Amino acid sequence: MFENLDLTKLIFGRLTWDAIPFHDPIILGTFAVVALGGIALLAALTRYKLWGYLWNEWFTTIDHKKIGIMYIILGLVMLLRGFADAIMMRLHQAMAFGDSTGYLPPHHYDQIFTAHGVIMIFFVAMPLVTGIMNYLIPLQIGTRDVAFPFLNNFSFWMTTGGAALMMVSLFIGEFAKTGWLAYPPLSGILQSPGVGVDYYIWALQIAGVGTLLSGVNLLVTIVKMRAPGMSLMKMPVFTWTSLCTNILIVAAFPVLTAVLGMLTMDRYLDTAFFTNDLGGNAMMYVNLIWIWGHPEVYILILPVFGIFSEIVATYSRKPLFGYTSMVYATVVITVLSYLVWLHHFFTMGSGASVNSFFGITTMIISIPTGAKIFNWLFTMFRGRIKFDVPMLWTLGFMVTFVIGGMTGVLLAVPPVDFVLHNSLFLIAHFHNVIIGGVLFGLFAGITYWFPKATGYKLDEFWGKLSFWFWLIGFYFAFMPLYVLGLMGVTRRVSHFEDQSLQIWFQIAAFGAVLIAVGIAAFAIQLIVSFRRREALVDETGDPWDGRTLEWSTSSPPPPYNFAFTPRVHDLDAWWQMKQHGFQRPESGFIPIHMPKGTWAGIVLSGISVVIGFALIWHMWLVAGVSFVALIGTAIYHTFNYDRDYYIPAEEVERIEAERTRVLANV
Amino acid sequence: MSENTMTADVNSTQDGQLEFLVKGDHHPQNGTLLGFWIYLMSDCLIFAALFATYGVLGRSYAGGPTGMELFDLSLIAINTSLLLVSSITYGFAMLHMQANKVKGTMFWLAVTGLLGLGFLSLELYEFHHLISVGAGPQTSGFWTAFFALVGTHGLHVFFGIVWLVTLLFQLKKHGLIPENKRRVFCLSMFWHFLDVVWVGVFTYVYLMGVLP
Repeated sequence: MFENLDLTKLIFGRLTWDAIPFHDPIILGTFAVVALGGIALLAALTRYKLWGYLWNEWFTTIDHKKIGIMYIILGLVMLLRGFADAIMMRLHQAMAFGDSTGYLPPHHYDQIFTAHGVIMIFFVAMPLVTGIMNYLIPLQIGTRDVAFPFLNNFSFWMTTGGAALMMVSLFIGEFAKTGWLAYPPLSGILQSPGVGVDYYIWALQIAGVGTLLSGVNLLVTIVKMRAPGMSLMKMPVFTWTSLCTNILIVAAFPVLTAVLGMLTMDRYLDTAFFTNDLGGNAMMYVNLIWIWGHPEVYILILPVFGIFSEIVATYSRKPLFGYTSMVYATVVITVLSYLVWLHHFFTMGSGASVNSFFGITTMIISIPTGAKIFNWLFTMFRGRIKFDVPMLWTLGFMVTFVIGGMTGVLLAVPPVDFVLHNSLFLIAHFHNVIIGGVLFGLFAGITYWFPKATGYKLDEFWGKLSFWFWLIGFYFAFMPLYVLGLMGVTRRVSHFEDQSLQIWFQIAAFGAVLIAVGIAAFAIQLIVSFRRREALVDETGDPWDGRTLEWSTSSPPPPYNFAFTPRVHDLDAWWQMKQHGFQRPESGFIPIHMPKGTWAGIVLSGISVVIGFALIWHMWLVAGVSFVALIGTAIYHTFNYDRDYYIPAEEVERIEAERTRVLANV
Repeated sequence: MSENTMTADVNSTQDGQLEFLVKGDHHPQNGTLLGFWIYLMSDCLIFAALFATYGVLGRSYAGGPTGMELFDLSLIAINTSLLLVSSITYGFAMLHMQANKVKGTMFWLAVTGLLGLGFLSLELYEFHHLISVGAGPQTSGFWTAFFALVGTHGLHVFFGIVWLVTLLFQLKKHGLIPENKRRVFCLSMFWHFLDVVWVGVFTYVYLMGVLP
């Protein structure tokens, strides 16, 4: 056994210099830009001696607010990568007709559409949603942190670790060429022998640990840590939708873990789960992954429904219309989201009765969703609406999402789906609901709560510019795809023969350019607002005359959130406090019990990334050693019992006195 | 395990105004046990996926050996009793913990761990035997699903034992402090959970597997 032992192979596995794409100018150019930018960033951090600050105040923090902000930064950075992929595809498809082959070779194009889907769902939408939940839930329910602060830090770093592994695939080796759900047998070892699918698997498994634990954490936070008096039906509606989302996370992500684990065994151990021979069953993969995948869609959209509900109520200066029906609609969607997964593959051929069951359940989901739309409309009815940027995103959402929802109901009809399955009509549909729903909602939420997190508002002009370019760009980019889909064009095609289709792709590419302007305007908005932060400052902590408890603290809130735990008597607790002429206490402060920061999260995640990388490249020795290191570090961490401290009463008094001084000047 | 230390609970002041703050120290309830319970339920879903897979592939022999030919029910009976008894011994450990007896707790935990090791050894022996007679995880869809389900359970037991050993050291070092009690409680839920899953495996895989 040992005569074949090759140390190089044991350490480096199948990683050789050939894995670096020297031959591809596009990737090499990207790499050069990223490397230069990275070196410049590292140099700047060293030059201004920021490493200690970053490590102590951010990387090891267990403060849910800072972790939330880090999630959002991760999501926004990855949005740039995901969008770069998108616009490359749009430009390529607009060119690749007839004799022109476009500028992307097929193997590269295939990696790009896979990476685009994976990044946008797992590393843009998920971190942004989780980040906003992380930041807001404790503030909205009047508590000082989440239930498990260390776990929160660990979850964030695992998500980031997955994203890092994903980015590594750009420069070392390749990414999957299978589409974002990596269906076997294409993703099996026979058809995809390279490292691409392995990058896919390990990036998602590592990030998945983070997502699952964060789901458990936030769920327990909402159930156990609400301020006294806040019964379930007095919870802010965003917290309600977050509760349902976290239930979905806990009940859906284990299935993804399991099914990716099975694919891993098929690829690494030559087992026969999804193979064509030896009694494997590839359609089982498709079923299992959509049992996770459909709830995942609602994991993304439900919190965003909550964001819109908060915004509509605030900017219409009215309580939300039909709070109770909103809560019930959310719960019904939560339950129904488990009963529709088969509509993603009516063409599997399960027979008429199974297909009609899933077609009908799918159509039923549109009823609670429609109820929500009416609730928002009635909230606005006779309200004194202020058309600030968050409200613009909300209105853009209400129009766009309804169109996307209707095409969804259309696709839910099985015979129609047999025509439109895997066509660009489907692509247009889900971008219609994900961009028009999730993304618009996230931008609305970021704009709405930005002053809470930073202490200054976002610049209106650039915000409006960003909104209009996104909105118009979206319609230019995706309405042509509906037309193309109806004409029978399928997805994931890198070259076309029929010249008459080209004009539609060119219109779509123009739309993508408009969206690029929208993204640029958003980035400029962040810079401009930072430079104008003196003028845009929010000293009250309540810039929009809000209704829920997060607006009762300062902007940004102190580390302990609330000097005294609030006591809740009604829905819209802060609104009621304002109505009753609530006075902030200015004395009588007591020491506050807080959790301590820890290095363990970032270190454990770092080791996990090394394990993932080693497994991808079959570096068995490295993988084994780092796995032992992972378990060892985890056990070592459990021997640390000293995990909390008290903020002394004098410190609380000093912070609160400063706030009293600022408020007196407003 | 309520650690609720809420002080005097008043909704309004003497003059009838609503009280909007908790003026004293306020700690929410500890959520560790609920959180761990939720984690166990998510783990249960991993097993659910594996059971479902076994349900789909459970008769896909691809011309290879079947469970009816190879399952040795008497071995599995011993194995099952080891695991079930280990749940009882864990219960003894919990009783000693309630009585604040650290020695007894550690003793019964150690017994539980040994029974778990016995279970794992028998399982490894079974796996080795099956593979040596040509029924490995690569043989057919059926054996793939079998090894995945039973092996995942075995891996859980293995990590349960690692946790148990760690906990023995921590009990020796710090005794039955609240943190350690909470950990013993969590491991207890984990251990009984694995037992329940095994009852499912025993019934669904082995007992039903030997049916024609």
